[in-house]
Amino acid sequence: MEVRELVKRYPKAQTDAVDRLTFAVASGEIFGLLGPNGAGKSTTIGVLTTRVRPTAGQALIANVDVMVAPQTVRSLLGVVPQRNNLDRSLSVRQNLLFHAAYHGVPKAVRTRRAEELLEQFALTDRANEKPELFSGGQNQRMMIARTLMHDPSVLFLDEPTTGLDPAARLFVWDRIRELRASGVTIVLTTHDMDEAAALADRVGIVDSGRLLALDTPAALVRGLATGASLQVTVEPVGELGVAGLLDRLGTLAGVQRCEQIATEAAAQSIRLYLTGEAAAMVAPVAAAVAEVGGRLIGMKICEASLEDVFIDLTGRSLR
Amino acid sequence: MLRSFGSVLRRDIVVTGKDLVAFLAQVLLQPVFFLFVFGKLLTSLGYTSSGYSDLLFPGLVALTATVTAIQAMAFPLVAEFSWTKEIEDRLLAPLPLWAVAAEKVVFATLRALVASAVMFPIGIGVLGSIPYRADGLGLLIGVLLLGSLVGACIGMTIGTFVPPTKINIAFALIFTPLLFTGATQYPWPSLAHLRWFQVLSAANPITYVSEGMRAALVPNIPHIPGWVCLLALAGSLALFGTLGMIGFRHRAID
Repeated sequence: MEVRELVKRYPKAQTDAVDRLTFAVASGEIFGLLGPNGAGKSTTIGVLTTRVRPTAGQALIANVDVMVAPQTVRSLLGVVPQRNNLDRSLSVRQNLLFHAAYHGVPKAVRTRRAEELLEQFALTDRANEKPELFSGGQNQRMMIARTLMHDPSVLFLDEPTTGLDPAARLFVWDRIRELRASGVTIVLTTHDMDEAAALADRVGIVDSGRLLALDTPAALVRGLATGASLQVTVEPVGELGVAGLLDRLGTLAGVQRCEQIATEAAAQSIRLYLTGEAAAMVAPVAAAVAEVGGRLIGMKICEASLEDVFIDLTGRSLR
Repeated sequence: MLRSFGSVLRRDIVVTGKDLVAFLAQVLLQPVFFLFVFGKLLTSLGYTSSGYSDLLFPGLVALTATVTAIQAMAFPLVAEFSWTKEIEDRLLAPLPLWAVAAEKVVFATLRALVASAVMFPIGIGVLGSIPYRADGLGLLIGVLLLGSLVGACIGMTIGTFVPPTKINIAFALIFTPLLFTGATQYPWPSLAHLRWFQVLSAANPITYVSEGMRAALVPNIPHIPGWVCLLALAGSLALFGTLGMIGFRHRAID
């Protein structure tokens, strides 16, 4: 799968939703596409799944141009959308069977495959029910099972575990890993950084329609200017107040910057971004807090994560 | 592609088949009451002449066909594109976009033809007898088929151009005029002395279905010639077919 210099500007928009985006996903890879809301992820997926017409550039699935041969592309890809789009007039089993029929899967094959997938996704008991009253987790399982009915070679999963309970989430994760093992290429969009770190072989971070970073989760974390951090909770803060404490901690050798992250009653939480080893900073930080008359009530070592990479690249502002 | 198209059509037929009684009640209740009150009751009370039901019946079959097709198209389309998103699974099937739209038109047309066919036994039941002419059968089928296709395309145009939040108001504003300017309850040529209403009625495609039905069933009542009706309906089909397809493409692809 490949995207080359992809541009999409919606009618009447002032800026490009996707701005010369270029990346490639290897066959059999899980690729995580991350970015804040409105970053251009959905538009990019829309182009790749033939639902959005690009303004410029090219998108290829298995070397087939999505603009030139959309029907061929649609037969190769599977899409699990974020929003439930199951056919509410059909039973669970019929949803699977009709989906396969739309894709021209022969009757004997689709009947057998439906039973296998119902079993695998723990839906056999409710196969004859309509999905109206299903929970979010059941709907999600059904949508994944449905798209597997036509045996896609590229699978698009849009926030596949948002709103699911932990058991359902782990279940979906296991299925995603199994699919990779069977050779399916997977493009995953998610806001859950732990999910991206746990599943994705490589991660692309986009914002304002542009690709800001692309690498394995581990390499992205290693590449952060700040390494580990320390989360310090103090109560009371001491005679100089929060500002004074922040000033004092900010001057410690080994602290790159510090910021106040939460206030709970009189307790203040402060995060220190470190240039070096976190454990080595525990004693100097404790001493500095005591020096300004504060009382340390908690300290936690936080290793840098993909979330730090994300925030570092896209900022904290809401959109 | 034909197999996929067939499967999408089969899905619609299976879903409707499960609810056949509800479907027929939904589309036939209004024309049955029309037929009873205006064709039977008012005639038996002496307020309308006995020939009125012969004039009304072809008009009501025309109205049933067209309105059923519009409704069978517009409402599900609005829901599927905006709320249930059910259509996405078909838009992602290896079918060209026009084929997904064409399937909707075919299905709405089928519904409309079934509903208008059922009007005949109901007409006999309510009125005792209905006008029928074997010679007119070809024209009748042609007019009903074209009328249903036009209705389906009008439904696709409404269902894709009107924003979902405004669909209720749009239906109220579109349906009532459509219902009463379609020459359903009156023969169009008799409007000569009410020129403005005649011109208004001529702009409503249902007029040509009603008049074509009269040409087929009751040629003694003044009517627009059958070939004019067929031509006008073919023109409407080209117009609304194009508009509907533009709207469908617009909703299906950003």
